Amino acid sequence: MTRKQKKTLIRILISLVLLVAVWITDGFVTLQPAYLLLFLYGIPYLVIGYDVLRKAVLNIMHGQLFDENFLMAVATLGAVGTGEYREAVAVMLFYQVGELFQSYAVGKSRKSITGLMNIRPDYANIERNGALVQVDPEEISVGDTIIVKPGERIPLDGIILEGKTSVDTSALTGESVPRTLHAGDDVISGCVNESGLIKVKVTKPFDDSTVAKILDLVENSSSKKAKAENFITRFAKVYTPVVVCSAVLLAVLPPLVLRGDAVVWKNWIQRALTFLVISCPCALVISVPLSFFGGIGGASKCGILVKGGNYMEALAKTGIVVFDKTGTLTRGVFHVTALHPDTVSENALIELAAIAEYYSDHPIAISVKEAYGKDIDVSRITSAEEIAGKGVKAVIDGREVYVGNDKMMDKIGAEWHPCHKSAMGTTIHVTVGNTYAGHLIISDEVKPDAVAAVRDLQKENIRLVMLTGDTRAVGEAVAEQLGIGGVFTNLLPGDKVHKVEGLIDNKENNKTLAFVGDGINDAPALSRADVGIAMGAIGSDAAIEAADVVLMDDQPTKIHTAIAISKNTVKLVKENIIFSLGVKLIVLILGALGIAGMWWAVFADVGVAVIAILNATRALHIKKYSVK
Amino acid sequence: MKKVYALNDLDCAVCAQKMQDAIAKLDGVLDAEVSFIKQKLTIETADDIDIDDLMKKVKKTIRKVEPDCEVVM
Repeated sequence: MTRKQKKTLIRILISLVLLVAVWITDGFVTLQPAYLLLFLYGIPYLVIGYDVLRKAVLNIMHGQLFDENFLMAVATLGAVGTGEYREAVAVMLFYQVGELFQSYAVGKSRKSITGLMNIRPDYANIERNGALVQVDPEEISVGDTIIVKPGERIPLDGIILEGKTSVDTSALTGESVPRTLHAGDDVISGCVNESGLIKVKVTKPFDDSTVAKILDLVENSSSKKAKAENFITRFAKVYTPVVVCSAVLLAVLPPLVLRGDAVVWKNWIQRALTFLVISCPCALVISVPLSFFGGIGGASKCGILVKGGNYMEALAKTGIVVFDKTGTLTRGVFHVTALHPDTVSENALIELAAIAEYYSDHPIAISVKEAYGKDIDVSRITSAEEIAGKGVKAVIDGREVYVGNDKMMDKIGAEWHPCHKSAMGTTIHVTVGNTYAGHLIISDEVKPDAVAAVRDLQKENIRLVMLTGDTRAVGEAVAEQLGIGGVFTNLLPGDKVHKVEGLIDNKENNKTLAFVGDGINDAPALSRADVGIAMGAIGSDAAIEAADVVLMDDQPTKIHTAIAISKNTVKLVKENIIFSLGVKLIVLILGALGIAGMWWAVFADVGVAVIAILNATRALHIKKYSVK
Repeated sequence: MKKVYALNDLDCAVCAQKMQDAIAKLDGVLDAEVSFIKQKLTIETADDIDIDDLMKKVKKTIRKVEPDCEVVM
């Protein structure tokens, strides 16, 4: 509790004791004269309400007519005027109890949300004049060497110069398995160094570092308001004046029409006073943004950055998810997935291919060498020559070796045949001294959790579409493996935007379209979709800029998690709006009819606010979404 | 220029909204956000403005809406 909250608590207790004391005395003894009673009830009233009265006066002088304090002051003083002393004190007391709860609950959830996002590094260790000193990460420049000890947060992006360690990326990605890193590997700021001491050469200034970018994004997420938030803001502006005006009408009109006496007037004024107590829209104004803030905070804990409440709303209504295949459902990294030798052994086939590709940097060559995995004896290569778009020609151990695609085989007139066993991937043929040796298949791997991701989304009745620049055979094979119905293949980057536009035009009205890309070459489609989701964005600035939702790691199952968190958040917002407005409306009606009194009115004001706030904090409960 | 200030004792969400509207109308202010949840004032101003002078006006505006609320400089 803050000092102010403690002070309020003490005032509440004192006032409560005094109220009870006066109440009991009042019950046993007839206090005379009448103003003695007023004086006695006046003490607990002033103890608990003096700050409200003070603010009410100040705000009137500043022209703030519909201020909460002013309305409470009028309501309670009005109760005093109509002889309801006890109610006046009790209402003020309950109002303050509610306000205290409210400020405590908001403070608490603010803390837990900011705690979730607490990835800001406090300091960096750097050697200055032979001694290790701690400095502000902003003072470090590019090229400096910093030292990160075990248990410390990595303050800046860089490359490991020395040391080996495991790094906990969970604060950024939600992934709990640590990554092992060695000298030469990139490290990302915001992660926690777990096991070893590392020396890191800084590659980016703090302001451009991953952690600064993420913090900036999360901090600014509240400026992109959800429709529900804008509705509440507009609603709050008219709600108070309308209720206050109704209160005035309620106090004046019925007694005038009924030509009532003093008793009738008093009765209707009391009814009007209950209106004033209910006239603050606090429950809504606090709980709706708090829910979105909590939802965004909870999502970021799962490694999902949502750039605003509006995108949460859009995600919750997702009807179509469009994937750009490479990098989202597949790894986007090529591997040798099959060896089909005709005339040599499997080992000989991959060995020949690897040696022939030794000097090439082509992605295919790299994957072949990776698959071979052994050191290559360069002395076996007499000559090597790359033939653009076709493959390589090399002389190994004195024999002429060709490694290449169908076109290469046709060019040299080899007796080759297409692969009959595997539809997926690219076929690379190998010939040795004019004999066809066989072929290997290189393909992009489907991510381990892609099947689960597709299944989860289909369970929610979300239509899935896959776009790819790859050939029809490859694209359809991947789609079939994953169980995706809609596939469009052979697309150029510009075609993808057109496809997205076409799908947006044809979707159901109240549903949204989400486009998932890896941030490479798909910025136009990301921005054209209702929600652009970038995957595996850790360290990729372009993706973080272009997308509305950023998945820090590369697991496609996180798409479903993001949608589930958004749905939950939006559900809480709806609950709060319906509940708060419903209770207020009912109590207003009952108050006008003279059934609900001041007590109900206080509940409809602060009681409802506290309940709505507690409900909103449920947006933070993200345990159930954490990836198995 | 974009500046962020912490706010102490901002107790009322409706007031936060009123402050935001009033600050946004001040001369030289391009955009303003008063977040009740974060207890923060984010203010975007024209570049050629006297920030100290503006902040005096901002403080006055805030005090008008909620007398106890203070800007932490």
